Amino acid sequence: MNTKGIILAVVVIAVTILLVVVGTLWPVPTAVSYAGGRGFLRASSTPAAAVDNLGDQLRLHHWGAAYSHLGNKAKFTESQFQHDITGYQLSLRTYATLESFDVHPLHQTADDADVRMRLHWSTVVGNYVTTRELKVVRNGDRWTVDWPFVKEPVVPPQVIPVNYLRWDVIYRGSGDDWGAQNVEAPHVRVVDMHPVQRAEGVVVLGELLNEDIVPAHVSVKATLLGKDGKPIASEDSSDKILPTLLPKQVTPFLINFPDATLSDVGSIHLDPISTLISASADPVIQMDNQKINPAPDASLTGQLVNESGQVVNIAHVLATFYDKSGQLVWVADQYIDRALLPQTPIPFNIHIPEDLARKISSERTVAATYSVGRMS
Amino acid sequence: MITRCALVICGLLFAALQLAAAQSMTLPSTIQAGSAFEIQTTGNGSGILYIVGPAQLLRKDVKLGGAIAFDAGLLTNAGQYVVILTAGSSTEQRPLEVLPANQPAHLTFLARPSRLPVSLHNGISGAVYIFDAYHNLITQPATVSFDLTPPTGAAQHRNVTTADGAAWIQLNSTAKEGMSKFVAQVGGVSSKRIIEQVPGDPCGLRISAQPAGEQLQLKTDPVRDCSGNAVPDGTVVTFTEDYNGTQSTVDVPLKRGIAEVKMPAHPGATISVASGVVLGNEIHWQR
Repeated sequence: MNTKGIILAVVVIAVTILLVVVGTLWPVPTAVSYAGGRGFLRASSTPAAAVDNLGDQLRLHHWGAAYSHLGNKAKFTESQFQHDITGYQLSLRTYATLESFDVHPLHQTADDADVRMRLHWSTVVGNYVTTRELKVVRNGDRWTVDWPFVKEPVVPPQVIPVNYLRWDVIYRGSGDDWGAQNVEAPHVRVVDMHPVQRAEGVVVLGELLNEDIVPAHVSVKATLLGKDGKPIASEDSSDKILPTLLPKQVTPFLINFPDATLSDVGSIHLDPISTLISASADPVIQMDNQKINPAPDASLTGQLVNESGQVVNIAHVLATFYDKSGQLVWVADQYIDRALLPQTPIPFNIHIPEDLARKISSERTVAATYSVGRMS
Repeated sequence: MITRCALVICGLLFAALQLAAAQSMTLPSTIQAGSAFEIQTTGNGSGILYIVGPAQLLRKDVKLGGAIAFDAGLLTNAGQYVVILTAGSSTEQRPLEVLPANQPAHLTFLARPSRLPVSLHNGISGAVYIFDAYHNLITQPATVSFDLTPPTGAAQHRNVTTADGAAWIQLNSTAKEGMSKFVAQVGGVSSKRIIEQVPGDPCGLRISAQPAGEQLQLKTDPVRDCSGNAVPDGTVVTFTEDYNGTQSTVDVPLKRGIAEVKMPAHPGATISVASGVVLGNEIHWQR
């Protein structure tokens, strides 16, 4: 080993020991808290500090500590408080992680304050944001948060008869001879396609129709071909499509080609893929009060109503936007973080890119649903 | 001296002719696959007979000067064979063509698709390959009859002559839904496939509305295709209500031939219906 190597090794060891000592003597509060120690919370001497403390406890899933510092905890139990945040039914919220939060003071007097808290959650299907308007009340030299508790919707006892069709499939056996027929794959057709150039690359939008009488599990693969006819890139629709299409149902799809440039593209080859699957026509989801809200903050808002009797754990809303001539302009989606209880409206809010909002004249919305124990 | 040389040459020629006569064999130029046949040989002594062909090699010790018999079922693969007779250091070889048997024994029948809408021009295709008892493709022309028999109505019948062992056909699907039998037949051998003819797109899609408390009960007429077949349950019908800049939509599957749903009863609302790419009527609700 040469002299330089020895010097480097000594320096690395010395710096490591120094950092360990510094970290032990003067730990970062967050690290102390994650390690199970105390001292993370700041004094709740201001409304913002009180909300910050609450946010940190929620992030660490310290439900008991968060609940004990609430000003209005007499109105609900700790369990109800926890379920208000994580969901009463299995849903995206159940396994979501609070990545961060921001606190925006809205109004403050000497004794109380209104604060908006935006919670940034991370899930397996992406991030979502929830917003809570908090009332913070002065209690001596401390401020305490009144949690805006949302009671679990109660579905009245009832019997909802569900007798929609269900399809089961028996495939051919392995011993069948070469000429024997298999069950025919569903016939699906791309009825609309429109490529657009966005800052992040090329986006291929379209709509797919199941023109058969059986349900289909579908996806779309797109290949960009250069002006010389050679493939540039190939991508599929991933989750930006209704995966299960019932007979005569239409789904939008969106395929991203990051870093591609539309001017380099000579043609696009679309390959719709369909597989016959067992499926159920239930549940039926109604999309009520859909409204296109203009820029700024252009969005499509509305409510999902689960018309069936079973709980829908995860709903995925896909919206197709058209211009005045009926041309496809954009496809956007949103996963609903709450479970859909029967007959209980749940709002949705789908963001529309500002530059496209002024072109949009109409829309069509569909929803994919996932229930524990079955997919439809 | 010249006379002695001539005698030697004549002797050699005679010996060569004798040897050639020992290797001689007579055989048919073609036989049918699986049939019995004979090879006649001349000469004396013993030899070895080889028959080399596609996926098959036979070796037989033979006595020259008689007929060598081969039983039926020995050469079953159609194709070009070579028959080689060796005796001592000499060899003779002849070609032998084994043809497929004339009598069909197996059909491979490809019928596509197994499910299609009614009244589709040239929507059904059938292709037949004819094989003999040993699964050799019969390349001699043969007449294949195709019959498509719907559950009701007249059957479609066509005869097609095979070319290079294959015959194919395109047929229209009939106007009535149901399971059709698609049969191909040749030389007493037949093969059956089932073609499911299903209703086409809805035709004349219509909805009606009735007040139901604070909501509207929307209901389609029985949904049928343009041939009058009932569109199957599970088919999605989309109801859309536009009111004062807002829209409500719901995809409802057909149940017992109709689709029905309750939507908000807004006076002035426009309610429309569609299924796939087919649009239905519109209702302007005023009450």
